Amino acid sequence: MLPGVYTTRLGPGRGLFLSSDWECVVELTGADIIVRCLQDEGIKYIFGYPGGAALHIYDALYKQDKVKHILVRHEQGAAHAADGYARATGKPGVVLVTSGPGITNAVTGIATAYMDSIPMVVLSAQVPTHLIGDDAFQEVDAVGITRPCVKHNFLVKDVTDLAMTLKKAFYIAASGRPGPVLIDIPKDVTANKTEYLYPKSLTMRSYAPVNKGHPKQIKRAVDLILGAKRPIIYTGGGIVLSESADVLVELVQTLGYPCTNTLMGLGSYPADDPLFLGMLGMHGTYEANMAMHDCDMMLAIGARFDDRITGELAKFAPHARIIHVDIDPSSIGKNVQVEIPIVGDAKSVMKDLLKEISKRDKKPDAEALKRWWTQIDKWRSVDCLSYDKNSGLIKPQYVIEKLFEITKGEALVTSDVGQHQMWAAQFYGFNKTRRWINSGGLGTMGFGLPAAMGVQLAYPEETVICVTGEASVIMCIQELSTCKQYDLPIKMVNLNNRYMGMVRQWQEFFYDRRYSHSYMDALPDFVALAESFGHVGIRIEKPGDVEGALQEGLKLKDRLVFMDFITDQTENVYPMIAAGKGHNEMHLKPSNGEAPPERELA
Amino acid sequence: MRHIISILLENEAGALSRVAGLFSARGYNIESLTVAPTDDPTLSRMTVVTFGSEEIIEQIVKQLNKLVDVVKLQDLTEGAHIERELMLVKVKALDNAREEVKRLVDIFRGRIIDVTDSTYTLELTGTVEKLDAFVKALDVTEIIEVARSGVTGIARGDRALKV
Ligand SMILES: Cc1ncc(C[n+]2csc(CCOP(=O)(O)OP(=O)(O)O)c2C)c(N)n1
Repeated sequence: MLPGVYTTRLGPGRGLFLSSDWECVVELTGADIIVRCLQDEGIKYIFGYPGGAALHIYDALYKQDKVKHILVRHEQGAAHAADGYARATGKPGVVLVTSGPGITNAVTGIATAYMDSIPMVVLSAQVPTHLIGDDAFQEVDAVGITRPCVKHNFLVKDVTDLAMTLKKAFYIAASGRPGPVLIDIPKDVTANKTEYLYPKSLTMRSYAPVNKGHPKQIKRAVDLILGAKRPIIYTGGGIVLSESADVLVELVQTLGYPCTNTLMGLGSYPADDPLFLGMLGMHGTYEANMAMHDCDMMLAIGARFDDRITGELAKFAPHARIIHVDIDPSSIGKNVQVEIPIVGDAKSVMKDLLKEISKRDKKPDAEALKRWWTQIDKWRSVDCLSYDKNSGLIKPQYVIEKLFEITKGEALVTSDVGQHQMWAAQFYGFNKTRRWINSGGLGTMGFGLPAAMGVQLAYPEETVICVTGEASVIMCIQELSTCKQYDLPIKMVNLNNRYMGMVRQWQEFFYDRRYSHSYMDALPDFVALAESFGHVGIRIEKPGDVEGALQEGLKLKDRLVFMDFITDQTENVYPMIAAGKGHNEMHLKPSNGEAPPERELA
Repeated sequence: MRHIISILLENEAGALSRVAGLFSARGYNIESLTVAPTDDPTLSRMTVVTFGSEEIIEQIVKQLNKLVDVVKLQDLTEGAHIERELMLVKVKALDNAREEVKRLVDIFRGRIIDVTDSTYTLELTGTVEKLDAFVKALDVTEIIEVARSGVTGIARGDRALKV
């Protein structure tokens, strides 16, 4: 053997090899390894923003075109866009940011994904390993800062660990209860070289999510389900995440029981089906909340009894015997004690429930169900979502109703946070999952526009609409520039009430109309603003112009259109469960005769 | 109720802060926390002494299990178990106190592990109660310094925490 002609290396656990014998293995830099991992993982888009510590990775991205990098205008936008992509597709969204301010800017977006259990992998560049801990330029403890808002995170100190860490990150992010995973990568690690080999599969002794529900619990649950006189099926984002809407529909229709969805679960059960009671919770429908309160059996699936859902816990569903299905054991029994806990994937458990139900001779109690539906129909007749259709001002609800009609419910709708979010949830009848994309858990203003970018990239041919408010949209308005660069024809529906409407509503109800800092004194001309970014802007001021403007705006298939609807400033979101109240103590809109006296606050 | 939870976790950087962070973020109580490597160099064993209602302990166990670095855990207090804590105490040992302290150390089955003209350094292991009782009894002299390790424990009989 001639010296210098062959190089020998030690592969982990593989003994000595001559590199010339080992064609499949090549030496790559850490940066190239990262990009190869993304390619091998089948990643199409990565959302990011460059900076010093990330430059080796950016150089590696430059050399290829399989993974497309989307350059945002703020790292928060990168995380929301990746999140929107993940919510629309079910595949993990990928983010790349630089060290220091790059990663701190992304934290809001990571926390948003964490609260809603969205699969995401965040690559943050870090200062070189020898500088870590020195307060080096643009150094922050990214692993420490993100620890409470990620499913897991890693600091990679050795290039030989890089490929395996990426594999683990994608596996953890997308399995079990999904969530964001961060990998912090020092700059020198991206320069160092090693052999590249992407692991095909992996098992982790410390991480093995349970998918299948316990058979004994399934049997017990079916006993309780079939014995119910006043049943309700309450489901959340878990149905979306486990892609099990069809199984839910089968379960609900087999039983003939009423079904309600959380804000995160909208679309899981078709909004236009008579067995659907609408959304429940703080701004849920009268019928959904009353049925939750009066039910004697509650089957909760992929939902987590969040405080916005339960209202005052002491008053929550006083007669209910509860079955709770969730893939995360720690969600069960956290807020509400349940009789039958079932740990498992929603899809697998619902299939098992259906199988068990089909084996039983016992059928749902038809008599009792009839009485229950009669009661529910009475609640329905309150028509809790009705609003003034003769107003001379644009009612925000009307805009969403028309939007639904014109798009035939087929659009993908993102939203920001506030009143407009609730109206979109209430009035856009979602019949399929992954069409309603909003920040439920963290309630992050600024989410809507960047999230819509991820959705539009995932589905370039579909109509993607961002329902927003003038306060929220300004929080990430810079992303209009990204939309221009990548020709993303998002339709912005701005319900412009010149107020932080949701804040104003709380101040009206609970602070004696002291509108402290909820008024936007100086707003931009949104039409001019949209135009300055190279987009189309339309301002709509009269109810009679709403439909025409929507038609016209939606017709511009290849342009981003910013539709600025000047709406009735005084409109409130009804019904509402105030703090400390139970499901049966909703504020209804003032004209509803049956409302409890508290509504007089409005 | 007081619970002693033993945890086997991956011997990874940051694993300890994940557990500590979980307790502070969710407002769970920590009475003591100890951690050290085991016979298997890839694993650390941590012992957390905590207290709370049964619901809270259930949540603590679930939340700990959810941490990706946690391989396995056991609530020792669910069965017969042995708990031990190590304490080192430095006391003034002058005149009469020299004899008295020596007697106390014998009674509590401790040891004197360092001596100067004016001080003793004592070592004692036992349950928290025993160590507390010893500290109380030491009021025959002046305590200069107390160093306690926190509780560690192990189940009695065949029950074991093993991967
Ligand atoms: C980042 C962030 N800051 C503050 C809040 C609190 N907040 C909730 S709704 C809201 C007002 C939103 O106003 P706007 O976007 O105009 O929507 P509207 O309620 O008027 O429809 C605020 C400030 C939040 N959710 N997110």
